[in-house]
Parts: sequence; structure tokens; C-alpha cells
Amino acid sequence: MDLFEHQAKELFAEYGIPVPRGVVAHTVEEARAAAERLTGRVVVKAQVKTGGRGKAGGVKVAADAADAEGKATGILGMDIKGHTVHKVLVEEASAIAEEYYFSFLLDRANRTFLAICSAAGGMDIEEVAHSTPDKVAKIPVSPLTGVDRARGREIAQAGGLPEAALDGAAEIIEKLWAVFVDEDATLVEVNPMILTADGEVKALDGKVTLDDNATFRQTEHESYADKAAEDPLEARAKEKDLNYVKLDGSVGIIGNGAGLVMSTLDVVAYAGETFGGQKPANFLDIGGGASAEVMANGLEIVLSDPSVKSVFVNVFGGITACDAVANGIVSAFKLLDERGETVTHPLVVRLDGNNATLGRQILADAALDGVELVDTMDDAAKRAAELAAVGA
Amino acid sequence: MAIWLTENSKIIVQGMTGSEGSKHTRRMLKAGAKVVGGTNPRKAGTTVDFDGVELPVFATVAEAMAATGADVTVIFVPPAGTKAAVREAIDAEIPLAVVITEGVPVHDTTEFWAYNISKGARTRIIGPNCPGIASPGASNAGIIPADITSAGRIGLVSKSGTLTYQLMYELRDIGFSTAVGIGGDPVIGTTHIDALEAFQSDPDTDAIVMIGEIGGDAEERAAAYIEEHVTKPVVAYVAGFTAPEGKTMGHAGAIVSGSAGTAQAKKEALEKVGVRVGRTPSETARLMREVMRSR
Repeated sequence: MDLFEHQAKELFAEYGIPVPRGVVAHTVEEARAAAERLTGRVVVKAQVKTGGRGKAGGVKVAADAADAEGKATGILGMDIKGHTVHKVLVEEASAIAEEYYFSFLLDRANRTFLAICSAAGGMDIEEVAHSTPDKVAKIPVSPLTGVDRARGREIAQAGGLPEAALDGAAEIIEKLWAVFVDEDATLVEVNPMILTADGEVKALDGKVTLDDNATFRQTEHESYADKAAEDPLEARAKEKDLNYVKLDGSVGIIGNGAGLVMSTLDVVAYAGETFGGQKPANFLDIGGGASAEVMANGLEIVLSDPSVKSVFVNVFGGITACDAVANGIVSAFKLLDERGETVTHPLVVRLDGNNATLGRQILADAALDGVELVDTMDDAAKRAAELAAVGA
Repeated sequence: MAIWLTENSKIIVQGMTGSEGSKHTRRMLKAGAKVVGGTNPRKAGTTVDFDGVELPVFATVAEAMAATGADVTVIFVPPAGTKAAVREAIDAEIPLAVVITEGVPVHDTTEFWAYNISKGARTRIIGPNCPGIASPGASNAGIIPADITSAGRIGLVSKSGTLTYQLMYELRDIGFSTAVGIGGDPVIGTTHIDALEAFQSDPDTDAIVMIGEIGGDAEERAAAYIEEHVTKPVVAYVAGFTAPEGKTMGHAGAIVSGSAGTAQAKKEALEKVGVRVGRTPSETARLMREVMRSR
């Protein structure tokens, strides 16, 4: 999960990392009030979970409260790379002498952590890293040894930070390491980390990505979830412990196993090319178990997406045998009937693997309305796309 | 013969007394694997009955190894205890640790990986979040269904469990030497490259199926490795062409960030080094069939 800048900075502040004073505002009135409270020059910053806000015009300096109101009017509601701005961070303006870049992140390829530090921070760090890579220090950090103040200082030096900034940077780096480890983050980025005119080092921006696998021991992380931006279907699916991602097509997808479901989306998209560009409507992995209840919940979520015209159930019976899955589908139809959500869209089912013959027999005997059995994944995808095209 | 797991492998199960652990211990035994015991410090000294096979429970991996000669451990311990379980296996210097557990925090995996390196990397770690490793007809360590395929001369390495099963099933008449599910997490122990290297030098493997998915650059690095070191034919499949940017697709590691990690980039990297990449799992199976027929 990615955090908003203001959430990242609130987290930084908890760890004693210096950040500018700031207030979150959801309306222009709130933005004006915030600027009045902060007094003097402020910066109005769009809160969206994407990069390039500055270049998109989502970060503006305002001379006073009235100006802040005007700037907020322009920024609230803006679209930045597909993200609508619903709130801004109004922050005291800092007297920037220099801008640096710093981050801790997970280095998947080398299976370790990495500290990245550069004296050439700011908006163009990607360009700097690309054209003058020697200006960007990339230092592996072992999870066994970590980063203390002294190591933080070495990293800042390697990044080319000037003597005047080293102590302040070392302290921030040490504390950012604590954030990174204690919060189970996979990314902690400060760009820019600034040296102010009066010699203080501060985190002027903050980007934090938290590991969703760690929520069992990071219970407070749930409060960071952006409920407003969550797709309503995804939110409902999450409540039912279903692994569902909403997409923009018309063929509903239910399968078992993340890899197989991802593959099903691709196969449906290929097949859909010949049927007017039909595409998958969602990702839904019902997992290894695939009980009747899980199947019913899955079908209910998929079918409540109004853009779904047909559904493709693609199951490989590995640990769960296909007869159990077939019985699950039959019971799911009954369950949905009882809930008053009778299935009316066509359902293409492909069962393969353990007890596939028995599973197909069960479905054939049940003769459920609109359910078609197709032998192979490729042919089933074609049929589902075709039915979606007819229904569209 | 096979890679890493043979008919002589002696397997213990960490978490054998738990629900998943006991369910799959029973399945492994049924598949003919030599499971010789398990660990649970609170139940040490007891035994567990698996349809007539009495398996001893030990307090630690080291004790289990000393008593049984085990050289493989399969770990079913829940996420909160996985790091400690893997460290214990590393401390015992067991040659192979298969970590099935899904949902392990990546800080924990990165830490036990670093710990393994610091101890001289005496333990091969497969996983976490993987289905394990199966050498059909010989042994089975993990949750790969044993009865969907047969023994043969294809080697398979995959990030995905169900796609592994799909390919094993489609090619069941030709059969497999070993299938390795390396797992879908951002940090994993054994990589595509490790498996490619082992299959290349395995006299009982003639050709290799490699299954990848979006996220990271493991497939691109595997392509570079294939170009340099692999002479056996490789057929590949990559899942996730239609995955939107920034969304995690089921597996914690399956996420496209910016232009990095896309299925298209992986496919192109593999095709550039002469690997045939199937558009669907079934087409991938057909390509492998052609390879095996032409031998």
C-alpha cells in the first residue's frame, strides 16, 4: 500500500524526522484556514499517489491565505495521471538552499535492501540517474546489520552531500531506516531532502510503500487505507476475503491460483480480439479451496459488476478435485437463488485436472440455466468472449 | 534422477501437526515421498499417525536430522513464525528447505535470505509462497498434486502453482523429471536461473519449460542466462499481459511498476535469445510437444 505524502510525513514526524509544519485541506475554505494558521508563505500540494505532481502543476507556492485559496481552487479536482485530487497539503514554505535525494528500498533482483542517495535531488532525479549515474550512490544494506548514525553519514557522503549537511542527513537516514524496518516498508523515499538557508536538514517530501503481507503485525496500517478511492466492488470483495481486482472489460473471470487467473485474463483478451475487443472484467482468484460458499461469493461479486455480460469459470483441479468445484458451482447457483440474486448471465465453465470427468458430469446433470461446459481453456475463453459480445 | 529432490530424499515437515501441515504430509506420503518426521517444540516426543504410518515429532530441525537423516524440510508454519522456522532450518544446515507459506512479510524473507548467505548458503531455499518441488515417480516435497502427471524428461520451473499444474497435466503423457515452483513473492530463495542451471546439467532432463509472470526482472535475467549457458531447448510462458499498472495481481510480487516488469518486455527478452514463448498455456504445451517430438 502506498501512503499519501501527508501520511508519510506524519509517520516521519513520529520517528523524529524534521518535516515542515502542514495541514491537510479537503476544500478551498479549509486550505485558506490552514494558510491563515501557518501564516506567511505556504506551499499547496496535491495529495495523489503518483509521481510528477510538480510537473503536472499540482504543487504551487502561495504568498498568503487568499493566494492559497486561489491555488487550492486550481489544484483540488485536478486530474494527475488518472488520479483525481481530493485533498491538498498546505505547508509552510521552506527556504531551500540545496535539494538532495534519499531512499531505502527493496532490491528484488539482489534480494537485499538498497540505500540510494544523491546531492542532485529534486524533480529531475530520474534524469540524473539516467545521464550521470555516478552522481547517484546505490549502497546495498544488509537486513542483518542495518543502518546506524555512522553508516548514515557514510551513505550521505557517498551521495556527495556537502559537509554542512552531513550531520543532519545522517540523523534523518538513521531514523528513515527505523521507519523502513519498524513499519515493514518496501520503499521510503525523500525527494527532496533539503538543506535550508539556516543550515537545517528536512524531509520536504515523503513517499512510503508498506508491505501488505505485514498487516498481521502492523495493525495500525489499516487506518492508512484510502477507502474513498477504493473501487466499491473491490472493497466488498475484500470484506469477503476474496482476491479481486476490477478491470474494465465485459467477461467476468473466476479461477483458482493467481498465475492461472492472470493467464486467463490474457487468454480472454486474445480471444476477445475477434469478438469486437471483448476484455476481462476482473481478476478473481478463489484460491485452492473453492468451496460452494466461496464460489457463491465470487459469482455474486463478479455478477454485480454491471459491465459483465458473460462469466468464465476456469478451474484446474489440483489439490481441490473438479467434482468438488462442480458441486460448488451447483450450490452457488442455489445459494444465489435464495439470496434473490439468480444468475442470468451465461457462464462458461472449463474444468481440468483431478476428477474433471466427474466434475463435468455433475454440471451436465444439474443442467443449470446458461451454464456451458467447454473442454479447453482456449476454447472456453473464445466462447465466453463470444457470449459477451452477443450480450453487449 | 532429477534435480534437488530424488527418491532417496528424506523429508521432514515443520508444522506437521498443523492443519495444512498434516493434510499435505498425508498427501506427500501417498505420493510415495519418504517423509520421516516433523517438528513442533510443544509436541516433541509424540508421534502422529498418517493412515498407519507413525511419524515422530521432534523439537527442532537439528534433532530431527540427527535422528532420521533428513535432508529436506517442508515448511508450513504460518507467516508470523516463518522467519524463525527458516532460520532454524539454516542453523541445522539442512540441504533443502521448501517454504510453502503464503503471506510472509518481505522484510522477513530478505532477512532469512541474508542470514543464509552469512552462514555460507548451505541450505537451498525454495519459496516462500510456492507449491514446492516434485520429481514425479520419485518424490514430492510440498503441495504439487502427484497424480496429474507422470515421470519423464521435461524440467519445469515456475512462479505460479496452478500454471505449473496446468502444464504438468497437459504434458502428462510425456512426463517430467522435476517441476519446481519457485513462488510468486518479490524475494524468493531459488530463482529461475538456479533451476535452469540445474536442469542444464541434469542428464535426465532433455528440455525445459519456464513459466514467468509480471513483476521484477527475473525473466529478463533468466533470458540473459539462457543465452550464455543453456543449450537444452527452453519453451516459456509469461502471464499478465493484460494486468493494469500498479495493481497487485494475487501474488505479492506480481505488480507492474511504470514500464518495468511487463509481460511484453519479458516475452521479448526471452524470444530474443531464441526461447519460444507460448501465447497461452496450451500453446506452450504444444510448443514443448514439438520440441520433444523432434528429438
